[in-house]
Amino acid sequence: MQPLIVVENLVKRYNGRGPVGRPGVVHALHRVTFSIAPGKTLALVGESGSGKTTTALCLACLERPTSGRILLEGRDIAALQEKELHAVRPQIQLVFQDPATSLNPRFTVLEILTEPLLFQRKARRSEAAELAYALMERVGLPAEIARRRSGELSGGQRQRLAIARALILSPKLLILDEALSALDCSVQAQIVNLLIDLQLSLGLTYLFITHDLAMAAHLGDEIAVLDRGRIVDRGAPEMVLRKPEKEATKLLVQSAPLSTGIQPLRRVS
Amino acid sequence: MQNALEVRNLHVNYISRAGTSVSAITDVSFDLGPGEILGVLGESGSGKSTLAASLLRLLPPNGRIRSGSVRLQGREILEASPGELERIRGKQISLTNQEPSLALHPTMRVRDQVGEVLAAHESLSRGARRERTRRVLAALFPFETERISSSYPHELSGGQRQRVLIAQAIACGPSVLVADEPTASLDPSTQREILSTFLNLRWKLGLAILLITHNPFLLEGLADRVLVLYAGRIAEIGPAESVLSKSKHPYTQALLRCAPSFARRDGEFPRKSKLPVIPGDSPDLAAVPEGCWFEPRCADRWEICRKREPATVPPGAGHLISCFKFGG
Amino acid sequence: MTRFLLSRMTHAVLLLFGVSLLTFLFTALAPGDYFEEMRLDPRIGPETVSALRTRFGLDRPLAVRYASWLKSVVRGDLGYSFSYNSPAGPLLWARARSTLLLTFTATLLTWGLALPLGIWSAERLGKIPDTLISWAMAALLVIPDLVIALGLLLLAVRSGWFPTGGMASVNADALTAGQRIGDLGRHLILPVAVLVFVALPVVVRHVRAAMIGVLDAPFLRVARGHGIRRHRLLYRYALPAAANPLISLFGLSIGALISGSLIVEITMSWPGIGPFMVEAILARDIYVVLGGVLLSTCFLIAGNFCADLILYWADPRIRAGSEEK
Repeated sequence: MQPLIVVENLVKRYNGRGPVGRPGVVHALHRVTFSIAPGKTLALVGESGSGKTTTALCLACLERPTSGRILLEGRDIAALQEKELHAVRPQIQLVFQDPATSLNPRFTVLEILTEPLLFQRKARRSEAAELAYALMERVGLPAEIARRRSGELSGGQRQRLAIARALILSPKLLILDEALSALDCSVQAQIVNLLIDLQLSLGLTYLFITHDLAMAAHLGDEIAVLDRGRIVDRGAPEMVLRKPEKEATKLLVQSAPLSTGIQPLRRVS
Repeated sequence: MQNALEVRNLHVNYISRAGTSVSAITDVSFDLGPGEILGVLGESGSGKSTLAASLLRLLPPNGRIRSGSVRLQGREILEASPGELERIRGKQISLTNQEPSLALHPTMRVRDQVGEVLAAHESLSRGARRERTRRVLAALFPFETERISSSYPHELSGGQRQRVLIAQAIACGPSVLVADEPTASLDPSTQREILSTFLNLRWKLGLAILLITHNPFLLEGLADRVLVLYAGRIAEIGPAESVLSKSKHPYTQALLRCAPSFARRDGEFPRKSKLPVIPGDSPDLAAVPEGCWFEPRCADRWEICRKREPATVPPGAGHLISCFKFGG
Repeated sequence: MTRFLLSRMTHAVLLLFGVSLLTFLFTALAPGDYFEEMRLDPRIGPETVSALRTRFGLDRPLAVRYASWLKSVVRGDLGYSFSYNSPAGPLLWARARSTLLLTFTATLLTWGLALPLGIWSAERLGKIPDTLISWAMAALLVIPDLVIALGLLLLAVRSGWFPTGGMASVNADALTAGQRIGDLGRHLILPVAVLVFVALPVVVRHVRAAMIGVLDAPFLRVARGHGIRRHRLLYRYALPAAANPLISLFGLSIGALISGSLIVEITMSWPGIGPFMVEAILARDIYVVLGGVLLSTCFLIAGNFCADLILYWADPRIRAGSEEK
């Protein structure tokens, strides 16, 4: 089956501060290559600064890669001009870690959901509202909160709203950049179940970026390990995590809490 | 030996703008022994941050400590004057914050920020203060002491900032450290570093630590005892191993089951299966029920759970819970 | 750093050039010139007027006049004052000194008062002291400076406590140096008071607003948690963090050192550069006008420049940001 998205030799360089704090050229991504089959989940794990968010931004066309190709259903979107990107953007959506800063706290739930539709001219105002309500029900948000401002919602509700907003334009690929990290454990479980549901019913493809190995192993059909801008390890979770070979993977496995069972039984010193 | 911290029947309220009062902490009592690490496990709305702030009397303007007693090394904090409080904070009990990037002064060098805390509590000459600062920073940053010392917060990583916060907190040698979500925005290996720093501090300085978190797995191998907070009340308290692996309270059990586990995969939870969640939403503290707060979401509830509240957990050793079915 | 300075210098020169050109054009475009008044006097013949014009070069084309003025400015010569029949430079400078004495003292006093007031007010946000100060500042803001000046003048006349104008008493020459300084001080009180009353509300409100923004910040709460004393918290922690917008405002204060005291100088007969410039403008004393405008622009540029330097020194994040570029 043809993969939904193929990333080939993605390179991203920019001027900024290097790791020691001195200004210079930063090599955020170095020939990153991976692909995701439709309806599947690729879990991208790595330390802070390994390039996970840069990858997400490049895929979502919010950053231009220095070189490399990003093929969405065979078409290279990294090479497109801004005007052509306009049609592509709805197909790849991002959900961020912190819903408090990625959602405008003064907008109501309804406004947040209908804005993308109206902006992309996909629907008229009345239709947009109907679509919004339908999606709210899908993600588990009660209809009563439609007129509440997003700043008044709980963390879990806000993240559901962020997911709903990402889905309103019927994307094919959903990039979740640490989307669960800021949530309480019990709420994380609820959102995970929602994501699993949505993937099955809507046929979504996920790029799940996280530093939580247990969650990555649970959700991912495949795990890719990013270390300082390079993909150093890749494969099914059992393969990658049970007998880690690469240094970066070993480091991640060692840091996982004991009860998740990822580490072989070892005492924390 | 005297307890580092003794909390008895603490009640803390928040007054909303409309004038209504909501109880954030209700009848909480526990002890913290010298050099003990007590993990406080609670999700949003459980009152954990309120508890942390109350212990230092740093509540926001609309928070009130209604009643209760907090004894630090035998001395009652709730009756201390503002002047005495200033002397106690940082010197005998310290607090570290969740967001290290916001908790450090943006335009002061690291060594000055630590130096300020020393200057506030100890009368040292400038040279002596600089030496103390260097020693404190060296304890937390054994490899790059000089560079970190002269850096500004925006030049440091999240883990480094958190360690600077810890340095400030321990500079004057307090007996109790309250760490409120110290690993919130950090990645796992940095989390591990910070947690082993805490272990180090306990071992070297005999520091008693109250570690507040919403992630039960952080407390493994670290906490001696664990206290579980729900809706501002103690649901369960006991030795860490007991609470984390043989928990008796329905809330704790449900919470621990929520997380995906690599170990259980091949058995109960294959990949991409739905995780067992706690049904319902976190409690609304303004809507006070007649019975147990957890009852609406509890899988093991009885009739009585809706009508009466279970007994509060008294301070003491052993594994104690507040529940009709499994405890008191 | 050097690139920063270089670009600032270039901007400054361009600005001065542009400002002087515009001023020149405006005064030249206004009908008539200095000698226009003379033509109305029947005793002076038209030939005398033309001869005077030629002598002072006022009959040459605009471009030539501007170019030659530019050449002499570069050499340090600001031109000639027709009204006073002497070089414009020293005249301007003497007047500027008096103005600077006034505005410098007033600015120092304004900031010296506004900082504690604003901080004190912000600390007691919503309580009675804060409300009182806010009302007082609002009142001062609303009253026009002219009214304040005249009001104080009235006070001086009625009570006799203060001199009613000027920079020195009539018998100044007969006094000793020490007595002269005291005399100067007494004369300074009212004009400085007016300037302070006018500028105070603006600065206090800015200080208060900046402090309120910072007093809520997490790092301040954390510092409280470490037992840092209140006084240190306010002045060593809060104020530096709130300082950025205040530094910019301070730069504007410096910029207004020359140009901000016109009304006070006129109402209180302070021999400053303000009345001097008004006179010159009305008389078409063109080189004095040009010189004054140039001086004023220099101060504005210097003020902004100072603010940028102070910001660069005070905030390491700005230093880091500019290094990255």
